Amino acid sequence: MAESFALTEATYYILLSLVKPRHGYGIMQLTEELSGGRVRLAAGTLYGALNALSTKRWIIQLPMVDESRRKEYRLTEKGLQVLQNEVARLRELADNGEKILREE
Amino acid sequence: MESRKTIRKWFWVWEFEKEEDWLNEMAMNGWVLENVGWCTYHFVRCEPGEYSVRLEMHPYDESYKAFMEETGAEYAGRMMMWVYFRKKTANGPFDLFSDIDSRISHLDKIGKLLAIIGGANLLIGIMNTFSPSRLGWINLLVATLLMYALGRIHGKKEALEKERLLHE
Repeated sequence: MAESFALTEATYYILLSLVKPRHGYGIMQLTEELSGGRVRLAAGTLYGALNALSTKRWIIQLPMVDESRRKEYRLTEKGLQVLQNEVARLRELADNGEKILREE
Repeated sequence: MESRKTIRKWFWVWEFEKEEDWLNEMAMNGWVLENVGWCTYHFVRCEPGEYSVRLEMHPYDESYKAFMEETGAEYAGRMMMWVYFRKKTANGPFDLFSDIDSRISHLDKIGKLLAIIGGANLLIGIMNTFSPSRLGWINLLVATLLMYALGRIHGKKEALEKERLLHE
């Protein structure tokens, strides 16, 4: 996949959360925790993103195991690839930023 | 002291943020939304500031309701295409949208609906103008109003799009 684009912060944290299976509320909690409370995913935004990511097949919904009606999702191979590309892109951004600011 | 009350109030579609502010003001004053009807809001007593209230245009969707409940929100009612949720402030901050993209797609949804209903009224209005019923002006009036609403929604959307050029 040679596509090169920037993910939104919400998409990035959702994909990152779904390296392991998680349900919606779990994604919200992990995102808040990882970002030290800076990024809070609102429920409507998350719901829309989960549907869009499922359509793109970057994530899949897992078969429901218990009767809690809570849907669990997980990253697909394709989703993992997108996430790895994004981490590399972000590293480039951060490296360049640090390099240039250090020279100042 | 009474524990329930009903208020009749009208909001234009482009005033949905104002409507939400009003509902939150009511909650700050100890009245939280319990149900909605046509231009009617049913409230029940609560501790002042116990709840925050949010509303959104979202077609009927049982799994969305379940999803919201999973995150600690309560379903407060539905009127036409609009759905109302509330959440105890003790359970954390409550927002439906956390980025510009999802706010834009919400406005898009509203805009599309207005365009469809407005277009239909325009068409019926034109057809009725040439029929003996002489009621075509009603549809044309409705169509004009809906197109005005569409313009207001579009304005909000453009403001957000300008913002998104610089950040998420």
